[in-house]
Amino acid sequence: MRLISALLLALSLFASPAAAVLPDEILDDPALESRARELSLELRCLVCQNQSIDDSNAELARDLRLLVRERLIAGDTNEEAMAYIRARYGDFVLLRPPVQRSTYLLWFGPIGIVIAGVAIVMVTSRRRRKNAAAATPTSPLSSTERTRLDAALAREDDNGDRG
Amino acid sequence: MRRLLYFLPLVICLGIALFFYRGLDLNPRDLPSALINKPAPEFSLPALPGRDIQRADDGLARTDLTTGKPVVVNVWASWCIPCVAEHPLVDRLAKREGVTVHGINYRDRPDAAAAWLKRLGDPYAKVGKDESGRVSIDWGVYGVPETYVIDGNGVILYRHAGALSPEILERKILPLVKGGG
Repeated sequence: MRLISALLLALSLFASPAAAVLPDEILDDPALESRARELSLELRCLVCQNQSIDDSNAELARDLRLLVRERLIAGDTNEEAMAYIRARYGDFVLLRPPVQRSTYLLWFGPIGIVIAGVAIVMVTSRRRRKNAAAATPTSPLSSTERTRLDAALAREDDNGDRG
Repeated sequence: MRRLLYFLPLVICLGIALFFYRGLDLNPRDLPSALINKPAPEFSLPALPGRDIQRADDGLARTDLTTGKPVVVNVWASWCIPCVAEHPLVDRLAKREGVTVHGINYRDRPDAAAAWLKRLGDPYAKVGKDESGRVSIDWGVYGVPETYVIDGNGVILYRHAGALSPEILERKILPLVKGGG
């Protein structure tokens, strides 16, 4: 019993995520089919919104998968087939947002935040180092200062013992 | 001045909180349509059979959208629950407001669609049946119901995804069909 469950568990390690592509959709030409799969992974299922049409079981996703294959059979390049879908559903259908003016913040925002963070750290650490340098005494303690300091410290210790 | 700087993280945090709070109210189904202010796609659909009033030229095609008068195109299906909810508004638009409303019957069985119209009333001038959903893809439809306002020259002025509401009807659709007439 334990052996069986261990075997099943081991087998599950080899499982790959299942795509929603149905056997009747698959094209005979393996090259075209792999291009269609590639495009399907880039297209958003508009019903579920956070799945690609390759993953989705929605009927619209199936229709779009078939449409992509139809376009490829008709001789479209990958770009042409994507443009065909994009003309109908807009930029939202692309899972990878295109780099354009309205998405600059999305694409370059994180880099900007990292640069700003590094700049802040550099400025503050430089200022702190400068402050530390300014605080170091220029001349060592004189002998009178040293004896007074020792005496004060000794008194401090005595108080500590009593308390 | 120095002291004010310590409040900066709090201010940034509040700003982000406000941004996300606003996002809670946004409708994720409200997608921008790629076709606004563009001509409606070229299409031609066969008529839905079995309607009460059946005319000879009942199929719906692009030429029905270029009659010089604004029209509304409503995409619906008999299996769609929000379509039932919005149906009285489609009815009102056609019968009380006198707007020409055409229907695209999306991925439906014709007999079920005809029975649905018999049961709930048939406000549509023409109904084209799109059994494969192919024409609807050309329109950028991603769910039913969807409603489009087309000006007299076949250009899409407005699109609403999801069930109509009285507010949408009065604030968005009626001004477009009446003003553009």
